Amino acid sequence: MKLMSKNYQSWGRFPPASQYDYSMQWRTANIPDISNTILPFGLGRSYGDVCLNDGGSIITTRSLNHFINCDNDTGILRCEAGVSLAEILDLCVPRGWFLPTTPGTKFVTIGGAIANDVHGKNHHKAGTFGCNVPQFELMRSNGERLLCSPTSNQEYYAATIGGLGLTGLITWAEIQLKPIHHRAMSTELIQFSGLEEFFEISAESDQLYDYTVAWIDCGSQGEALGRGLFFRGNHVTENEVPTSWHVSERTLTMPMDFPGFALNKWSVAAFNWMYYHKQSNKIIKALVDYNPFFYPLDAILHWNRMYGKRGFLQYQFVVSYEDHRVIRDILQVIAASGSSSFLAVLKTFGSIKSPGMLSFPRPGVTLALDFPIKGAATFELLERLDRMVREANGVVYPCKDARLSAHNFQAHYPQWNEFSKYIDPRFSSSFWRRTTRT
Amino acid sequence: MRKVLIIGATSAIAQATAKVFAQQKDALFLVGRDVDKLEIIAADLTVRGASQVDYTALDLNKCERHQDMFEQAHSSLEGIDTVLIAYGTLDDQKECEQEYAKTKRALHTNFLSVVSLLTLLANKLEPQHYGCITVISSVAGDRGRQSNYVYGAAKGALSIFLQGLRNRLQKSNITVLDVKPGFVDTPMTANFKKGLLWAKPDDIAKGIYKAIEKRKNVVYLPWFWSPIMTIIRYIPEPIFKRMKL
Repeated sequence: MKLMSKNYQSWGRFPPASQYDYSMQWRTANIPDISNTILPFGLGRSYGDVCLNDGGSIITTRSLNHFINCDNDTGILRCEAGVSLAEILDLCVPRGWFLPTTPGTKFVTIGGAIANDVHGKNHHKAGTFGCNVPQFELMRSNGERLLCSPTSNQEYYAATIGGLGLTGLITWAEIQLKPIHHRAMSTELIQFSGLEEFFEISAESDQLYDYTVAWIDCGSQGEALGRGLFFRGNHVTENEVPTSWHVSERTLTMPMDFPGFALNKWSVAAFNWMYYHKQSNKIIKALVDYNPFFYPLDAILHWNRMYGKRGFLQYQFVVSYEDHRVIRDILQVIAASGSSSFLAVLKTFGSIKSPGMLSFPRPGVTLALDFPIKGAATFELLERLDRMVREANGVVYPCKDARLSAHNFQAHYPQWNEFSKYIDPRFSSSFWRRTTRT
Repeated sequence: MRKVLIIGATSAIAQATAKVFAQQKDALFLVGRDVDKLEIIAADLTVRGASQVDYTALDLNKCERHQDMFEQAHSSLEGIDTVLIAYGTLDDQKECEQEYAKTKRALHTNFLSVVSLLTLLANKLEPQHYGCITVISSVAGDRGRQSNYVYGAAKGALSIFLQGLRNRLQKSNITVLDVKPGFVDTPMTANFKKGLLWAKPDDIAKGIYKAIEKRKNVVYLPWFWSPIMTIIRYIPEPIFKRMKL
């Protein structure tokens, strides 16, 4: 008899889940005949419970890792849904192609990137991941295979992009790669003293740079509130291609869980202070490899262990430019609460609209935060942030969520009802049950 | 550029090893049972850089067809210098204990059909005076245990056969590489509880490639199985027979 497994958890390791696990070995196979509910599971990099199906079954897709075709003239790559972004980069960068857009980790599958309609530092230029997926195949539990594109099965195309894995199993997808001259990035790192300055730099940079993002020192209050570092960069131009280049393949592995007390408000504040002051110049220019530029945390495998066994919560929301003052208020609330966030990331979203029905990004400003779970206080703080975000007409990102109330989710995503028509009758997830129960 | 014949090409370890060959732009010929799977793998290896990929579907238990398969591979690749034999079944030990027919089938797939291939390959490669025959056996062949001695007997016999063949082909400059993996996380072992000692097919593949490059004779993968199996081989039989491994 098959037993439930606790081996498949999400990146934040909260909430814990037990599931029956099945593996999809070949894209020609059918979805296994399972009596309980099903959810596809890729690399488990979503933070909360969109990738979990507690009490039900998951179908792991990592064996669907075959490339199907790569057109070197057009840059259209077709591959199975379990292929990771890391595998695509390893294949394509030496041939002069790059991902159209990428989240902050390359250890996600194509299926996961589509299902969460992930975004990256170039959202203002390229839109979301789903904007760069010309077509894919969706397999439903009844064995039906739908070719989905803007012109074929349009509703399923729209529902599956950002559809949290609920509309069926993506077997393969095409992505439109972008040409590059070299793996190096021409980058600048700029200190800014507050949110006003952030918006100034951001407005200027979004014109000139493909990639922009900022880190905020969450521990600072008063005068220094909202200070941080602004990262911007472009792939090197033909003239900037370096003559020699050293690529470090070194990774570190977080060997064990940190004890719960290791990350406290003092250690996080100390890190934030040091990180802000690591440069004495206002601007640093450098040519850096794409790996540290896009994936600084991927160099530490299992970095989530830093947060200990209790895990951590991510919180990411977006508000329109007009409502951006709420960001200052939220930073104030966090600083006052003393539960400082290690990684606070601020970015402006552009106006390119995603085809995804339930997609998160929209024009405005997005802030991502993470908090080690320190009992009820952490949850109360985030509920307070929920209220502030809602008052500012903002929305929270499902891919990072583990605790948003059904009431709030449905207010953020009023299209959820329309979306649910396209859910496969046998698919479900912990997230969906949590946020749609009445 | 190598000309590689991969027999049992749809197995997880063979697929992972084929990817390494493809990255080196080698020419590949794949043999497996299922034509749909071979087609998927061939497309993947082509995208990954293989200079040529061809395949044929064949039930390898049908030894009388081995000769034809070899001829087809040989003419497709215009010569063969590297062979990887990577198929096998992990039959249910309890069922084999009850029924000789099942044991016989397990021995045929895991040992006798491979012997048929090796006999053919040895005679074809011997006159050309170069080449490498790589065969995946198992740490299970190092000592008989109650939990899987049928599989272990087939793999152990295979290792002894390879030892003799290596001895014979040494003067013809042909390497015979015996790969002994430990626990590998593949569909073959899907129902096993995984622990610290388990390895991924990609890690095994890198080890196989390195061993081929270095013209090794026997290689345990990952490396820590070598000391583990040394200890297991040296446990005195009066003690070993009481152990539950």
